[in-house]
Amino acid sequence: MRQELPPVSAGTLTGGARIGRPNRRRFPLRTVVLTLVALAGGLLMITPFLWAIGTSLKPSGALLSLPPQLVPSEPTVSAYTTVITRFPFLRVFGNSLLVAIASTLGQLVVCSMSGYAFARFRFPGRDALFTVYLATLMVPFAVVITPLFIFVTRLGWANSYAGLIIPGMFSAFGTFFMRQFFLSIPRELEEAATIDGASTLATFFRVVLPMTGPALATLTVLSFMGSWNSFLWPLLIINDRALMTLPIALSTLQGLYPGQTQWNVVMAGTVLATIPTIIVFLFAQRWVIEGVAGSGVKG
Amino acid sequence: MYERGWRRAGVLALFLGPSLIGLLAFTVGPMLTSLGLSFTNWDLLTPAKFVGGANYQRLISDAEFWHTLKNTLTFLLGYVPLVMCIGLLVAVLLNSAIPLSHAFRVMYFVPVVTSWVAVALVWKWLYNPVYGLVNNALSAIGVAGPAWLFDPNWAMPAVILTSVWKDTGFVMIIMLAGLQGIPREYYEAASIDGATRAQSLWSITIPLLAPTLVFCLSISLIGSFQVFDQVYVMTDGGPAGATMVLVERIVSHAFSYSRMGYASALSWVLFLIIFVVTVVFYQLRRWRA
Repeated sequence: MRQELPPVSAGTLTGGARIGRPNRRRFPLRTVVLTLVALAGGLLMITPFLWAIGTSLKPSGALLSLPPQLVPSEPTVSAYTTVITRFPFLRVFGNSLLVAIASTLGQLVVCSMSGYAFARFRFPGRDALFTVYLATLMVPFAVVITPLFIFVTRLGWANSYAGLIIPGMFSAFGTFFMRQFFLSIPRELEEAATIDGASTLATFFRVVLPMTGPALATLTVLSFMGSWNSFLWPLLIINDRALMTLPIALSTLQGLYPGQTQWNVVMAGTVLATIPTIIVFLFAQRWVIEGVAGSGVKG
Repeated sequence: MYERGWRRAGVLALFLGPSLIGLLAFTVGPMLTSLGLSFTNWDLLTPAKFVGGANYQRLISDAEFWHTLKNTLTFLLGYVPLVMCIGLLVAVLLNSAIPLSHAFRVMYFVPVVTSWVAVALVWKWLYNPVYGLVNNALSAIGVAGPAWLFDPNWAMPAVILTSVWKDTGFVMIIMLAGLQGIPREYYEAASIDGATRAQSLWSITIPLLAPTLVFCLSISLIGSFQVFDQVYVMTDGGPAGATMVLVERIVSHAFSYSRMGYASALSWVLFLIIFVVTVVFYQLRRWRA
């Protein structure tokens, strides 16, 4: 049975299905098929998560049973107690949190102030300097890592929070991102404040920053997730177990039992490490998605 | 900014100084140092020795380097087309008027926010030849799965598949933003003129999405040359060097064998590759505009 179909790719936001001749059925066949395809793909995407959760709830003996069960028949939290007791899990968790919060706060201050300077101040060499900032965006981290490691070690920051946090406080991308945002807001309020005799610093903190909420939120989320998930740098700069961050600790879990990795324990650690990211994502979805999408459209 | 004279310089230093110092100390400085180091031999214990272009010469005659480059390109040729096509398909799918599209968007995006280490560990267990879900699902439909990460022929495809799974949501979100930027009126006009769905896709969606497609292509190409976390956790370059890639080699040479000069030369080769790719895409965008 043929129906008059709505035009392709009409926006979801305003209910594209309603365009064109009204459908006789509420959900035409095409919508049902597309929904089922999206659902099948979506389930495929979350299967690895379900597999990790299922494994983490299995007793060690059930790991080697065939065929493997997605939902364990005798669920137990023993793998979780193993992770938490045999491993300084809370300490590691706290390290990740501290490092992520500190470097994010640093980035917010450093990037918003430098972004503002590039957006509003006039000084000789400004555009050339900004080009240098843009150019560093294409420098892969692997290119700087060897000298950076040597430099940070010489500063005495190896195996310290400083070594984990301070290099992460600076981001050319963050400066670029904040500059673009400042350029998009009108100058009038700042000019009014200046006429009233406020200093540049006071104008920035009292007038400008309160208007930058959305940009700061996006930068916060991107910076926090970047730090929380960062692997290579902490792997090199930290070898003291007390200072390990979550990704490093996780990667050592698989070597905890030589010869035979206890996958229920590894998966329990993975689940515990991933839950906070997913919770933050669910609450901050809008900023995460806008940040990623925005970097695409503007970049 | 109305301050004058020294006060003006002070305000500028306050706003720009920290960022500038950080950029010089942690990016520009190390980058130039790495260029300098690439002309030396240095094991961190004895003083660095200037050797001219010897590291680059050695690199060209090093079979391991070409093997690494070949593996990196294999990754790229598998990963880029897959992540682009699947990302675009999912974006078009979720942009059409289906119920729950918001929930689906979250499902596809969750792997993007998960740490690579967690993802790599879960997939390592999924790929377990005997007890893993992948091979058991395959045997349920009568296919005998390979040993995946333990098989030199299948380790790279396994890493590619995992990377595509993780990054699909990223590409999807960027393409969705691009799709939603296309004015609806174009489709309405086309539909009034009697255009079919396929015609609209071909003559409205694809041309107007071109800048977004080019952006995603450049991001995924550049990302392909810098693959590291997943390789380190899943295979550590093995089995039999089947997944040795550029960044993994740089890290190994610098931090396992203490060959700072050779690692720096490798890293500059990586930088030059990325530089060329970036310039090509920049020119492409200017030419289009």
